[in-house]
Amino acid sequence: MTDLRPPTRPELVCPAGTPAALHVAVEAGADAVYCGFRDETNARNFPGLNFSAAELADGVRFAHARGSRVLVAINTFARAGAVDVWRRAVDIAADAGADAVIAADLAVLEHAASRHPGLRLHLSVQAAAGTPEAIRFYAETFGVKRVVLPRVLSLEEIARLNRTIAVETEVFVFGGLCVMAEGRCALSSYATGKSPNLTGVCSPPSHVAYVERDGALTAALGGFTIDRFAPGEAAGYPTLCKGRFAAGDRVSYLFEDPVSLNAVDLLVSLHRAGVAAFKIEGRQRGKAYVAQVVRAFRAALDSLQRGEAPASASRLLAGLAEGSRETAGAYRKIWR
Amino acid sequence: MPRIELALGPCFFNWPADRLTDFYARIADEAPVDRIYLGEVVCGKRMPFSDPIWPEAIARLERAGKSVAVSMLALPATPRERAAMADLAALGHLLEINDMSALAARTGAPFVAGPFLNIYNEASLAALAARGARRWCAPVELPLSSIAIVARACPEVAVELFAFGRLPLAVSGRCYHARAHGLNKDSCGFVCDRDPDGMAVHTLDGRAFLAVNGIQTLSHAVQAVVMTPDALSASGIRCLRLSPHSLDMVQVAKIYRELLDGRLAVGDTEGRLAGLGLPGAICNAYAVGEPGWQKTRL
Repeated sequence: MTDLRPPTRPELVCPAGTPAALHVAVEAGADAVYCGFRDETNARNFPGLNFSAAELADGVRFAHARGSRVLVAINTFARAGAVDVWRRAVDIAADAGADAVIAADLAVLEHAASRHPGLRLHLSVQAAAGTPEAIRFYAETFGVKRVVLPRVLSLEEIARLNRTIAVETEVFVFGGLCVMAEGRCALSSYATGKSPNLTGVCSPPSHVAYVERDGALTAALGGFTIDRFAPGEAAGYPTLCKGRFAAGDRVSYLFEDPVSLNAVDLLVSLHRAGVAAFKIEGRQRGKAYVAQVVRAFRAALDSLQRGEAPASASRLLAGLAEGSRETAGAYRKIWR
Repeated sequence: MPRIELALGPCFFNWPADRLTDFYARIADEAPVDRIYLGEVVCGKRMPFSDPIWPEAIARLERAGKSVAVSMLALPATPRERAAMADLAALGHLLEINDMSALAARTGAPFVAGPFLNIYNEASLAALAARGARRWCAPVELPLSSIAIVARACPEVAVELFAFGRLPLAVSGRCYHARAHGLNKDSCGFVCDRDPDGMAVHTLDGRAFLAVNGIQTLSHAVQAVVMTPDALSASGIRCLRLSPHSLDMVQVAKIYRELLDGRLAVGDTEGRLAGLGLPGAICNAYAVGEPGWQKTRL
């Protein structure tokens, strides 16, 4: 059996929503980039994003020439009667020379494992596999080599988990934050009819409306008010789980404040907890953002390798977080 | 006319043990349901209170001629939750699996694939059927047109539809009941027991939207799929699942049985259900692939 222990040098996995973002991520020091096809097979199916088959092949050549790997996310759940669309996406990724496919659906994993036994498989966060038993099922059944952990586990739980499983783990360290278990949330589909699990779009722009009334701006999704902003207040995008609602006799950000994840201060602890790869969210982000975040995390990880504290990263990341407010999320148990 | 079965799903809410005991005793004696799913699926912290009552509740339901399955947690995480699940599995009853964690423990024994699993297509259900899945309750957002395709491709699996109750929409690592009360999950004080049908969530302009139940988020509206047995059969549905709420579930079951036996017209059924005092407006549009909160003609 091959040695599946985490590599001692943690891998920096960076978002590539477009070929241009792939280029800047690679040049800024990404060990790996992840991307998806321009269709419903990937969980960031937003207009203007993603790759054609030819663009993927070009991207793989570009990345490989510079020592970076390309991971292809085919991580939505296949539509009944159309599973071949997802299977074909796996075939195209394999033909393009992708280093791994990131998948969640049993049908997609089964196809990849049986038709492309040489293709490395990563379990997508969309599978929300957070226990040794679930991870072992995917490892033993499909030969999954790495699992992207659901964003519900604390640092202590990740360390404990890594001691009991034989596959690599990858965790999100920066960017947008799902507060629900990924792949187990139908809130957006309830409001809009579009299922993130099936179509790859959460809180879709096509269903967003901003209405101004008495000076206040209301942001709605599928006709439901998600937040309301007083004159002069910065208006955010109405992502359903980051909205303000009334429950009991209180109005609050019931699920999560409009914050984004920043675990740069936990890199040392996460590395010690046995995490093999650090992932940056943001395939919907522009080139400048990607370049800046990747450079900051590259510097932080290089410091880590030299045994130094990654002090400069926080400064490099200043002002990049969504709404400028940050959280370490579930990595600290108090978040729950 | 095909006979469509009725199942009672697991209770999602934090009801006291005595209430659960009384509830299942009355279901055993009076409810025209064929199958019962019971067990804690939402929060492992509730299991020490409810788990002791299950053996007797199961025995009583089985004496009444009901088929019983034990439903497993949708999002197990802690060692204690995983151990509790192993203990439940060891009781030897049919299990409903709601997370892949529980699959390995089955070692080929038959099981039910619950609505919290991401089974959206015929190939993924076939993969589970090969490992022992004999029944499947589709994810609530899956339209009937998709369910029909899956059902046709996997005739060996009996298909259930989530037909009545607030829709289970999401689970999280975070407890929103605790958060709404200024607490966190580890110090929650079990505040979720104050809302036997979930805590209503309204938009800032006062529109009923969602309901919170610990780590779970449900719809505020109440799913009520009301169709003729022929129409259900045409979509491959063999069983309707009714999800427990604090209203009179025996009456809910009786109304659905009358509908499925052809003794109650589709047009009269919704009015009868609404008369029981539903916790929200009726919704049903997931069945046709529209936003789940909407109500449409099925």
